[in-house]
This record gives sequence, structure tokens and C-alpha cells, in this order.
Amino acid sequence: MTTAVHETKAGQEVTYLEAISQALDEEMTRDERVFLMGEDIGPYGGAFRITEGFQKKYGEWRVLDTPLAESGFVGAAIGAAMMGMRPVVEMQFADFISCAFDQITEVAAKNHYRWGAAVPLVIRAPFGGGVHGGPFHSECPEGWFFHSPGLKLVAPSTPYDAKGLLKAAIRDPNPVIYFEHKFLYRRLKAVLPVEDYIVPIGKADVKRPGTDISVITYGAMVHLALEAAAVMAKEGIEMEVLDLRTLIPLDREMIFESVRKTSKAIILHEDNKTGGIGAEISALLAEDCFDSLDGPVIRIAAPDTPVPFSTPLEEFFLPKTSDIVAAARKLAAY
Amino acid sequence: MNLDIAALKTIKRPDLLQMYYYLRLTRTLEDRITALYRQGRIVGGVYTSNGMEAISVAYASVLERDDIIAPFHRDMGAFLVRGITPGEVIAQYLGKRGGPTKGKDGNVHIGDLKRGIIGFVSHLADNLPVATGVALAFRLRGESRVVVTNTGDGGTSRGDFHEAMNFAAVRKLPVVFFCNNNQYAYSTPLSLQMAVRDVVDRARAYGMPGEIVDGNDLAAVYLSAQGAVHRARAGEGPTFIECKTMRMHGHSEHDSAKYVPRKLLEEWKQKDPIPKAERLLQELGYADEAHFREVEDRVKKEVEAGVEFAEKSPLPEGPETLEGVFATEDEVTR
Repeated sequence: MTTAVHETKAGQEVTYLEAISQALDEEMTRDERVFLMGEDIGPYGGAFRITEGFQKKYGEWRVLDTPLAESGFVGAAIGAAMMGMRPVVEMQFADFISCAFDQITEVAAKNHYRWGAAVPLVIRAPFGGGVHGGPFHSECPEGWFFHSPGLKLVAPSTPYDAKGLLKAAIRDPNPVIYFEHKFLYRRLKAVLPVEDYIVPIGKADVKRPGTDISVITYGAMVHLALEAAAVMAKEGIEMEVLDLRTLIPLDREMIFESVRKTSKAIILHEDNKTGGIGAEISALLAEDCFDSLDGPVIRIAAPDTPVPFSTPLEEFFLPKTSDIVAAARKLAAY
Repeated sequence: MNLDIAALKTIKRPDLLQMYYYLRLTRTLEDRITALYRQGRIVGGVYTSNGMEAISVAYASVLERDDIIAPFHRDMGAFLVRGITPGEVIAQYLGKRGGPTKGKDGNVHIGDLKRGIIGFVSHLADNLPVATGVALAFRLRGESRVVVTNTGDGGTSRGDFHEAMNFAAVRKLPVVFFCNNNQYAYSTPLSLQMAVRDVVDRARAYGMPGEIVDGNDLAAVYLSAQGAVHRARAGEGPTFIECKTMRMHGHSEHDSAKYVPRKLLEEWKQKDPIPKAERLLQELGYADEAHFREVEDRVKKEVEAGVEFAEKSPLPEGPETLEGVFATEDEVTR
């Protein structure tokens, strides 16, 4: 087991997980106001080892192990943020964020609007399925917070975006929930720039340009969309994969630009279908891109069930590349 | 509780006289607000601290300018001690721009970091974890500042109360937890709120010193708060102070509180904190009847000037609704 902090070295490939770790390390070095709170993040290095070696480097108070009390430590992070600190809170799993729901939606989200107090807070939420986590270690809870004005939500899909968005979140003067996908932690590698960079919050990214169908997605689903786009390219259909990266504030301009170009849209997410982010994007397209659409807006999402545990059940639950290909063929026929 | 004269003499005469002034100002202001409500000039709820004014006047009077309060809805005295003016309070109740939240929030939801006040959240006990985070920021930066927070007897049933008490005790944070035990949480009596006789029993579970004080005794609350604040400032950790008192009005002014036995109210009427403070000032030879009448006249004039200020203050314009959801970097606490 290594105990050193993952440092940025020129030309070296890093995983999505290491990219997150690097962002934390660099921000803590750059700005002494930045500190970490969470369960088991100290000597243990966190459930996923993202803060391995951090306590040794930054001390017990800047890498603060908390009692098992999400509401309590998110509330504490809010208080520290209002006093000029830059807390980054780790949810051990995004699922446990429900324990802190009240502090996030009632205190962090509303403070500035109500009485002008800025809350520069980051909550890291390891989310998503495909890791045999079952109903309490696989959730995609972004929909709950999508409906809470005052929060920003980001969900990176690549090591580059993971690092750049986390840095941007830490530097943002507002509460940001950073949804990091557990399935991607050790499956993706990339060489990242050695120099400091951020990925601006609020900017979507075209991960593959195309002219025929837009797939609007985020998180781990971006990679399924890219696989589907490769399949469809062989059939002569060029799909554009638009990675939202930020869910709030949504990059409406890029969504509209893409759909006005392709005239066809698939919205893909791993969260449950009803009331998910896809529903909102679908409504936006109906309101603002109606004249451009040449076919129905199609949502591909998880069914309205909790995330099941057993492998065949979870495989059934999660959207698949074949679902996207089937939807793309249907849309291409319009 | 009978305080010995030597202890009482440690409170400086000007401090005691100033607290008496704030007691009077709080009572007169809230009575005036109640009158405005009965005239139909105030929309929304009116939550007073009638009969309980000594608690927040006393704890706020102990604090230094750089300290912070995270109050609840029966702490008008603390707002006034921290420099919120009667005019601002009334403007807040009237939803005017002149209120500290400029109409974004109402009544006792007053927050202003420049005056060291964390805005109150209706979800009782939410401000307790926030207060621990304020204290954590002080601890992280090695500042000798202190935060005082308060909630009611009902608020101590919430998980956030327990999570905050526990975290503060584990990390020995410079926070003082007050509990305004006014015997009713809306209509729910203590007997249906908790199975312990004294709220202070709940503090012991966290390894935190706790004490019971007569909440209607200005000097007693002051001395108790002073001890706890001193301990916190010296790095000796948090204290819990249960103030025994009685809510003399309804939960809000629309509530006739018929569920409270009249006899109980009559008993507590005899313990009103204002005459009690006057007796003390006379016994110590610090003030006489003429002084009390002088203060009464002075606060009446100040409150009337406040009504005038609030009435002249403009209402916000509808589209201001859309402003302030997000903070900008220049609004972050330095």
C-alpha cells in the first residue's frame, strides 16, 4: 500500500481517482483555507483511498476525521465556509447524502439568497452503479438537488474533467456538489497537463462531434454514448455526444446548439427516469427547440426502482450501449 | 437560584445597566410588533421572546465584537445587542428593503455576518452543526473567538442537536450551546418531548459540562454565559446551558396557547425578568425608579422612530425575487 499523496508528474498517466486526489492536493497547497472533512479520510485515507497520505502531509485538523454524522459535519462545513474557510466534505458514498439533505437544501442552498452569506463549500459524492453496491451504495441522487436553487452540481466523466471541475468547485463561492462516478475511479486513465487548470462550471463539452443525433448525457454514461456512437458511425449515422459536465447551472446554449444542428435528441442518464434531469432537458427542448426537432425526444434512463444488488438485476437496471443503439436507429428512421 | 452578592458585584454597573436597557428595548419592540400584527399591518408570523428576553440579552452581552451568534427565534435581545436596530427589525417584519434580508426572508430570520449573526433557519437545531463549524474555523486558524448558539427544548429532540453536541465535544470546539427551555414546543409540552426531567441530562451523554440556570434572571444567565465563554475561549471546549423559563405568549401571535394552563402562566408572570432585573439594580444600588422610567421613555422613542423608519422604507420590486441565488467571489468572508 502506498502512503504518498498522488503527485502530478509530467507525461504520467493518472486514473480518474488519482485526478481527484491531485486536485485536492494542489488546492490544499495553493490555498490554506482549503481543508477536508469526512468519515475515515485521515489515517485510513478514505473508503476509496482518495485522501491517502493527506493527513501525514497536511495534519489532523486539515484532514479531519468526523463522527458518523453527515448532517452534523455538512452543517459544520457550512459554518466554517461562512467564516472564510473552503471545506471539502467527503460523503463516503453519495447515498449517505440523504442524511445531510436538510443542511444542504435548507441551510447551504438558501443562505446567500436569504441573508447574503456566501457558502463556498464542496461536497464530494461518490455515486453510481455497476459496482455491486446494492440499494445503499449505488445511487445517483443528483435529481434531489437539481430542484434546489442555490446549489451547483457537477459530474465529470474523464480524469481531465474530474481534476479541472474539482478545482473549479473548490474555487467557487457557492455550495457545489461534486458527483464523482465510482465505476470510473480506476477504469479510466489519461495524461493530464502539469500546469494548473480548471474546467469552468456551467460549460458542457462535446466529447464526439456529430451531425445526425445528439446524445445528451453525463457521468459514466458518457462512455456508453461514445461506444454507441462508434457503432452507429459504421451504419453511417454520426452521433454527437454532449457531456453536460455541469448539471446546475445547465449549459442550455450548448444543448440547444447541438440539437438545432442534429434535429434529434437522446437524453441518457443512470438516474431513475421519472423526474430525472432528462425530464427537464426534454422539457427545455420542447420549449426552445420545437421547430428544429425532426423526431421525438428519447430518454434512456434507469427504471423507477432502487438500484438492485444481484448481477443480472443490476445489469437489467443500468442503461446499456444496446439501448442507445436501438434508440438511435429508431430516431435515424425519422 | 440565589446568587451571592460577591458574584453579582463582578458584573460591572455599566454592563448591568446596558443589559437592562436591552431587556426593556426587546420587550417594547416586540410588544409594538405584536400591536402592528393585531392591526393587520404585518403579514406572516410574529414570534416573540416575551418573558424570555433575559437569556439572549445576557449571552450576547458577554461576547466580544468578533464573536459569533447562531440564534433561534426567541433571541431578539441578541440581535439588538449585536447592533440590529429596531427600525431594521420592523422593516424585516414588514418585508421592506430596509430589513437585513431586504424582503427575502421575514420576521426573526435575521442574519448579518458583519454583525456576527448567523441567520436563523426554521428547522430547529439546524444552526447547531453550523455553529460547530464556525467554532472549527476559529480552531483551525488558532483564533480565540467563540460562538454561542441557542435552541428551544423542542429543538433538542432533533438529530442535528445531538450531532452538533457530539462533534463539538469530541473536538473540544469553542462553542456554547444554550437551550431556552420554555416548556412548550408550539403546543407540545416537555413531558411529550423528552423522558428526562432536565434537558441538561442530554449534555452529559456527550461528555460535556452542562448547567441549569434561571432563564429569567439576567445576572444569573450572564454569569453562566461568562463562565462558559471563558472556558471556550481558553480552549477547554463546549458547555451546555439549560435556561429554565416560560413562553408567555403563543408559539406565534396567531396562537392563543389555550393548551397552556393559566395557573402556570400566572406563576411565571411573578418571575418576569424585567421587574426581577429592576429589583437587582436597586439592591445593588446601581439604579432607581427614576432611571427605569427614563429607560422606558427612551426605548419607546427608539421603537417609534423604528416604526417610522420601517414605514418609510420601500418595498422590494417583484423582479428582485430573481437576485441573489448565487454568491460572487467578493462576497466570500475574508
